[in-house]
Amino acid sequence: MYRYDEFDQQLVNERAEQFRRQVRRRMNGELTEDQFKPLRLMNGLYLQLHAYMLRVNVPYGCLSARQLRQLAHIARKYDKGYGHFTTRQNIQYNWIRLEDAADILTDLAAVGMNAMQSSGNCVRNVTADHYAGRARDELQDPRVWCELLRQYSILNPEFSYLPRKFKIAVTGAPKDRAAVALHDIGLRMYLNEGGEPGFEVIVGGGQGRTPVIGKTIREWIEPEHVISYVEAILRIYNLYGRRDNIYKARIKILVNALGIDKYRELVEAEWLQIRDGVLKIAPEELARIDAYFQPPAYEQLADQDTEPSQLHDADPAFAAWLQSNVAEHKVVGYAIVNVSLKSPGKIPGDLSAQKMDALADLADQYSFGELRVSHRQNLVLVDVKQSDLHALWQALGALDLATPNIGLASDIIACPGLDFCALANTRSIPVAQDIALHFANSTKLQHVGDLTINISGCMNACGHHHVGNIGILGVDKRGQEFFQLTLGGSSDEHASLGDRVGPGLPQSEVPGAIERIVDTYLEIRDGKDECFLNTYRRCGMEVFRTAVYGPAGPARRVTATRQVA
Amino acid sequence: MSTLIKDNKLTEDPFTRIGVDDAIPAQGAVLVPLATWQDHREKLLRRGEPVGVWLKSDEHPEIIAGDVNHLQLIALEFPTFRDGRGYSYARLVRERYGFEGELRAVGDVLLEQLHYMGRVGFNAFEVDSEDALAELEIAARDFSVWYQPSADGRASSAQLRTELKRHG
Ligand code: SF4
Repeated sequence: MYRYDEFDQQLVNERAEQFRRQVRRRMNGELTEDQFKPLRLMNGLYLQLHAYMLRVNVPYGCLSARQLRQLAHIARKYDKGYGHFTTRQNIQYNWIRLEDAADILTDLAAVGMNAMQSSGNCVRNVTADHYAGRARDELQDPRVWCELLRQYSILNPEFSYLPRKFKIAVTGAPKDRAAVALHDIGLRMYLNEGGEPGFEVIVGGGQGRTPVIGKTIREWIEPEHVISYVEAILRIYNLYGRRDNIYKARIKILVNALGIDKYRELVEAEWLQIRDGVLKIAPEELARIDAYFQPPAYEQLADQDTEPSQLHDADPAFAAWLQSNVAEHKVVGYAIVNVSLKSPGKIPGDLSAQKMDALADLADQYSFGELRVSHRQNLVLVDVKQSDLHALWQALGALDLATPNIGLASDIIACPGLDFCALANTRSIPVAQDIALHFANSTKLQHVGDLTINISGCMNACGHHHVGNIGILGVDKRGQEFFQLTLGGSSDEHASLGDRVGPGLPQSEVPGAIERIVDTYLEIRDGKDECFLNTYRRCGMEVFRTAVYGPAGPARRVTATRQVA
Repeated sequence: MSTLIKDNKLTEDPFTRIGVDDAIPAQGAVLVPLATWQDHREKLLRRGEPVGVWLKSDEHPEIIAGDVNHLQLIALEFPTFRDGRGYSYARLVRERYGFEGELRAVGDVLLEQLHYMGRVGFNAFEVDSEDALAELEIAARDFSVWYQPSADGRASSAQLRTELKRHG
């Protein structure tokens, strides 16, 4: 893992002190709320419905056991004893007092963490494949590039007042677990014909009110030019992005307005001027950063036989967990273990301080003290010996962190919604809880297989509903909460946006509708290897629409509802 | 009351700012809008007095890239502190067009931003403040290390690390 050296440390210390002064100036009345707002936002501090929320960066999702313990400490000391892991691999605290904010930054700085630029119109925390450096299908560890990008973007004097927020994601594997096509910039590493690694650069993807799948701006860039190319993209965006309307200010709107070809032309012309300048990554700098990401001292082991068929009889619960929560590791004899924060009935992504501490201990005991945060709001232990899996499973089970549902129907992404968020139309957490409970304790979950369900409490789409295989969007109709369903979304290497099924449903009808969609899938799928998404892509919307609204379709149903009301 | 800080000192502004419709004064340093510069370039140069051009945030300085050697001052306007175009303009003016005169940030300029502005090449700021110098000093202390190489020529942390290794 990357560790702060004296320069990084000095910078975060100074940042904490700067913010302490700014808070003081705000509390003295020297700064108005309007002037203070961009300053607090650049330190990750939002004003929500009931309190301040602080968003802390977990750089590209990498977390040490020591850092997790400090996050637990902060949850206990300054919050209500828990934290919430987000879809951007960060952690949020929902009950923060302004007067404590600077102390929290100091506590974070003590373990090499910060909240810089976790909000505001600047380059946000760079995200990555949560299996980075460990996945068996990976070509190269993307974290070294993430760290270079992190250093490049933190307190970047030119790009701290962009038209709007800016998100970058990186993957080093062909299986895209980082949703690179849905970011302002996505970098996808692959090998060229000569076996050299380089990046495809994707630009202008995003969710929100105007969801867009990003477009390829450059098929291939040599790694040493990645930073200068990103700078060229940022500069053109900073100069020409719209600033008159915050809903039209993201780079995707500019790319769509100009067309990708024109945007590319501008970026390429800019890049030619800077490509061989100071931003070209020197081999020594690359080697220096790369040294932080050297693998831990693995033992020489052999892969164990974890065929479900053999284990099934002995311990079906363990077998189910192995199947859904454990992924293949690069190194034989080791495994990647997903820690589910989606126990049915709980708030997706929430974790108590006590469990954070316990999990940090498990990370030390079983995984070289290293964890990851996934963009599906779960945690990951990345270096577990296969021979330890059973013991770890039991230990996680005792903490209610071993729900066997990673990537399955109850592994739901939900935004905070009306329980916390000032912009929300509807609640989203209770909807997630209802659906998850619906699938709880049921072998159906495993039977259905891969299925992502994502819920947003309003069209800002923080719950990524556009790219859920099933998406759920909360809308307000004359003061009442309704939920619109979409089908067919995906954020992987074949990214797609979901299609709307029909008019919104009241909350009480959502779990039933999901159940009918899932049952329809089970009926029509082409064998159990055809996942929900592929069945939808093959069969189309109509059959599912009928499942939701009945053969008469949505129109009659709405009339009927109106009569009842 | 707006105050001019230049090269870390409180400064009397020697430039008279004129609007598009104003007559060009017979004497003295003058700061003019882009349109005036474009319409009266020769006349302004013949006066033999310092000339500055004032650019609004939607006026790309590329328009005057070829003229920078004739100018003593370029003023970049921030219509609101949120409009960050001026930061990119400043770098271009310094690093690409090679302007070495006074680069001044005007408009909605906050103390909190002076540090960033200095880093991208501004050396003068018009701020609304009672005690601008004291504030500037605070702002200057904000940070002593930087990740990025930029227009102010300060070494980035990567450069410092390399130095350290060479001597260490
Ligand atoms: S999607 Fe809407 S309700 Fe949910 S967190 Fe985002 S802004 Fe709030």
